[in-house]
Amino acid sequence: MNINLTLIGQTITFALFVWFCMKFIWPPIVNALEARRKQIADGLAAADRGKHELELSAKRASETLHDAKIKASEIIAQAEKRAAQLIDEAKEAAKGEGERQIAAAQAEIEQEAYRAREQLREQVAALVVAGAEKVLRREVDAKAHADLLEAIKNEL
Amino acid sequence: MAGEAHTSAEYIKHHLQNLAYGQLPDGTWGIAHSAAEAKAMGFWAIHLDTLGISIVLGVLFLYFFRKAATQATAGVPGGLQNFVEWVVEFIDSSVRGSFSGRNPLVAPLALTIFIWIFLLNLMDLVPIDWIPGLATLLGVPFFKLVPTTDPNATFGMAIGVFILVLYYSFKMKGVGGFAAELTLQPFGKWGMPANLLLEGVNLIAKPISLALRLFGNLYAGEMIFILIALMFSGGAVLFLTGGVLQWAWAVFHVLIITLQAFIFMTLTIVYLDMAHQEHH
Repeated sequence: MNINLTLIGQTITFALFVWFCMKFIWPPIVNALEARRKQIADGLAAADRGKHELELSAKRASETLHDAKIKASEIIAQAEKRAAQLIDEAKEAAKGEGERQIAAAQAEIEQEAYRAREQLREQVAALVVAGAEKVLRREVDAKAHADLLEAIKNEL
Repeated sequence: MAGEAHTSAEYIKHHLQNLAYGQLPDGTWGIAHSAAEAKAMGFWAIHLDTLGISIVLGVLFLYFFRKAATQATAGVPGGLQNFVEWVVEFIDSSVRGSFSGRNPLVAPLALTIFIWIFLLNLMDLVPIDWIPGLATLLGVPFFKLVPTTDPNATFGMAIGVFILVLYYSFKMKGVGGFAAELTLQPFGKWGMPANLLLEGVNLIAKPISLALRLFGNLYAGEMIFILIALMFSGGAVLFLTGGVLQWAWAVFHVLIITLQAFIFMTLTIVYLDMAHQEHH
């Protein structure tokens, strides 16, 4: 336990160690720590920002979806309306066509009937003429006339 | 384990003797082979064990911390880097808490003091007969493993701190300011001699208390380890008691060595803080 030169040796050693530590050890470690702290802070801020953006875009997405739904239902309603309209139009057209055809058919029938009647009239006229010829040929007999006329009447 | 040839007193003395290198009584330079020879060397001698262990441990500390420092990036830290960063942050927060000025020297100084003294103290936990026994086998007469049980080591560090305290006192306050601090308070200028006496004692007490506190704690701890080791040669009961006591004392000592390193560091920071302040 003698005090001797070791004292000074220890002081010098101590000074050298402190110098080395101050020069080569402390600054890089503290810088790295500071850099990491900054990096972590930046990362957290970025995460926050990302979260915020996510929320925002989710909101936007739901809005878009909502709009799309509304639009789709509008389109469907429009389409339904259009379909109903088309059906009505088709019905209308069909009805018109049917009526026209019916009218045409009736006209034809009437024409046919008219023609038949004309024919009939001609035939009647011919018959009348033939009957008259017969009557004129046998002389006129009241009783015979009556029978003849009756027969013509029946024929008409 | 007091060897057959030793008495208890010799055993204790042997453990408390440093390995001194200096001028022997016959005029040549060499290693002292007895306590008397070591004493006769006077001031111009060196304790090889104290300085050697101090330097080896200091270099180990610097090597590992330097390794971590060169690898230090902002990325994910590895094991060593993590540990080093944890220590550095702990020291940094201590310095921020106690030191109000701005000085790039203080934090590295505190780190060096804390780790170095901790490592020196840690040698106290090596079973006390291992290294001296090994030294004896190698023909080295003495080997005191724990540098902080040598007052030269603790006073050496305390003087280093004291020089810094004086340097910053002069630098921050100027010669006049520092002189005024020493002479004009607490009693004003008419109580100058009393002021000088009080403040002088206050100033001198700083390095002495730093050195003696560390030395005293470690020396006493080492002494108790030696006394416990003496029990090992006293029969089965004493052997077992000694074993239990040694274990208990070693566990307690884990606290002591850390605490002493921390106290030395904190007081250094506080003293330097006082040196930086204009008034206190």
